Amino acid sequence: MSTAQEKPETPYNFAYLDEQTKRMIRRAILKAVAIPGYQVPFASREMPMPYGWGTGGVQVTASLIGPDDVLKVIDQGADDTTNAVSIRSFFAKVAGVKTTTHTKEASLIQTRHRVPEMPLSENQILVYQVPIPEPLRFLEPRETETRLMHALEEYGLMHVKLYEDIARHGHIATTYAYPVKVEGRYVMDPSPIPKFDNPKLTNSPALQLFGAGREKRIYALPPYTRVESLDFEDHPFRVQEFSEPCGLCGASGVYLDEVILDDHGGRMFVCSDTDHCEGRREAGHRGHLAGAMGAPGAEAAE
Amino acid sequence: MSAPIDPGEAPLLSVERLTRFYGERLGCRDVSFDLYPGEVLAVVGESGSGKTTLLNCLAARMKLSSGAVRYRMRDGEMRDLAALGEAERRFLMRTDWGFVHQNPADGLRMNVSAGANVGERLMAIGERNYGEIRGSAHDWLSRVEVPTDRIDDSPRAFSGGMRQRLQIARNLVTAPRLVFMDEPTGGLDVSVQARLLDLIRALVAELRMAALVVTHDLAVARLLSHRIMVMKEGRVVEEGLTDRVLDDPQRPYTQLLVSSILQV
Amino acid sequence: MQPRLAVSGLSKSFTMHLRGGIHIPVLSEASFEVYPGECVALGGPSGAGKSSILKMVYGNYAADAGSIVIARKEGGPVDIAIADPRMVLSIRRSDLGYVSQFLRVVPRVAARDLVAEPLVERGAGREEALDKADALLHRLNLPERLWHLPPATFSGGEQQRVNIARGFIAGHPLLLLDEPTASLDAANRDVVISLIAEGKAAGTSFLGIFHDAPTRGRVAEREVDVTAFSPKAAA
Repeated sequence: MSTAQEKPETPYNFAYLDEQTKRMIRRAILKAVAIPGYQVPFASREMPMPYGWGTGGVQVTASLIGPDDVLKVIDQGADDTTNAVSIRSFFAKVAGVKTTTHTKEASLIQTRHRVPEMPLSENQILVYQVPIPEPLRFLEPRETETRLMHALEEYGLMHVKLYEDIARHGHIATTYAYPVKVEGRYVMDPSPIPKFDNPKLTNSPALQLFGAGREKRIYALPPYTRVESLDFEDHPFRVQEFSEPCGLCGASGVYLDEVILDDHGGRMFVCSDTDHCEGRREAGHRGHLAGAMGAPGAEAAE
Repeated sequence: MSAPIDPGEAPLLSVERLTRFYGERLGCRDVSFDLYPGEVLAVVGESGSGKTTLLNCLAARMKLSSGAVRYRMRDGEMRDLAALGEAERRFLMRTDWGFVHQNPADGLRMNVSAGANVGERLMAIGERNYGEIRGSAHDWLSRVEVPTDRIDDSPRAFSGGMRQRLQIARNLVTAPRLVFMDEPTGGLDVSVQARLLDLIRALVAELRMAALVVTHDLAVARLLSHRIMVMKEGRVVEEGLTDRVLDDPQRPYTQLLVSSILQV
Repeated sequence: MQPRLAVSGLSKSFTMHLRGGIHIPVLSEASFEVYPGECVALGGPSGAGKSSILKMVYGNYAADAGSIVIARKEGGPVDIAIADPRMVLSIRRSDLGYVSQFLRVVPRVAARDLVAEPLVERGAGREEALDKADALLHRLNLPERLWHLPPATFSGGEQQRVNIARGFIAGHPLLLLDEPTASLDAANRDVVISLIAEGKAAGTSFLGIFHDAPTRGRVAEREVDVTAFSPKAAA
């Protein structure tokens, strides 16, 4: 992640953002790392893509990326959806960096809505795109009040939300953006990842950064941070379980997407993490429907 | 009223020359009194008399211009409210105190169920057992005469009287020692008012709470309070035993108030 | 013997601020005592200040001057005229009862609960208090179908019997009676008279206003003539 300035081959500054902006964002990131789970305000810039397409994550990535980094971008676990492809090519163009779809090869991974299945290492940074950083938002609309609630650790309201879930559905029905408590202090929205991925947040060797462009907030989980999903004693946190393994690679214990095959109710479950699925198939694993689709990655992921 | 009072006890709340100005304009001035466990004090007066300012200052929702409000914490220590940190103050407010607003929508979360409204304070102080929280909510709804089969309904679907009773349950679930009430029966039909007053009266006595009730309705004051403080233009003009003040008012303004009650 | 109630130099006037501040003296320098086990009647025509005396003794009216010293069962004697509200309430709970002419109704509270209340306040169990309430209401011939109803819609006589039961239930050492038999028939009047007699035998002191001379004669040992304390007489 050096910021060595070479003469750019494009009309843009390296990684699109100007150096002052990157410095400003890095300061916000440092502060976020220093106070795990705390939402640090930053002066979010207009990016050449609409809000909701990952402008927060892109700004974090842009201020961290160096010429030697290898970038992977995933959207809902897939490397080949429009969003992922666009952001990858954006950085290939404005920073000239190497990109990859392999989790293992990447030094910087920007993600929307998933954590890769493969455990990350200390040499990696995971950047989340965050639409709404405030976990208390839908319970308390006043930002002045939610900030005070964080400051005073007034988090009863989070449990009110979970209580409502159980009262209505008999169990905690929140399946994504499931709130967590960081190092016993700040309650944090892990971005809309499935709650299946929540256990991957805790004690991760990789640095995890969260950027919300429209909301102008950055927050972080430094490596090896304790992250607990909120729950009740008599309704403990539980991840989703799938009734069958991945139809393509046979993997179980991973997050699966349901794919509708035809108009007659035919469907299959496949890995949401396309790289993980492909890696397994290359290693010779086969699911029970592996023959049913020729080049499954592209279709399966959407 | 019926809460037993022990004359030897130390005050729960001690107010000394409480004064609040809004710029040049006077909110209230030189208000002093002690409030004891189990005692209900009514503050009466017309709008603009300073009673709401007083309430907001006492409940630490507004800063004093001068004077002091001291509160006896659960450990027995008298603490100056102005010296409490914001976190301590808010903890006090959601455990040891209650605040019943005139408009229930100001004191309820209208977008969560009745049960969650009652359970919120429990969850805020760390209760993490769903079954127990729901049990308490159930218990409290029945105590305030809200049908328990409406535990999962939104307060939006409740009548005004039911919302007010829900607000009371939400406040009392942590067994507060001090409850502030701002015109608790204002805006309700007379029949609904009577039922609510009776409920408040019984709960205050049963839980031995101290309460400060701000009202312009002398009938409410007579029914609920042990003592009355009459305010006019920001000052206390008369105070004393509730039936004494109402039956033998001494000050001109109190006589005017008492003589203005409509008789039916 | 120590008097249970010692009134001394008690004066009362009303200032009607809404009527130009006119000053109406009612009572001047009233002094008398009530001893344990006796019933003292306040005598004199209407407007002589009999009710004002009862109300001052109860702490319901403020006194201009003088003292109203009540001997307590526990703790030393207290001057009601200058006692703070919490002390007055404490004495009302343990030492001082009042049967007024009219029942001030509390909405929605059933008659028997209303009657039991003073006893519960003195620390009795609820069941015990309700049993005693039922016994009193029964003795005062209040129809049983009314016991579980709030007295707001009762007749004057029915309300008064609820009031009497409420006054007698707690066994306060000093009981103030303001026309306790005014709207009662002969049979119920006799019940009240025997309640007073039983009270006296148990050492209770009564201070009362009885307009009905035969009743007064049957219950009161002494009469204090209130006209002796009229401001004109004093002047």
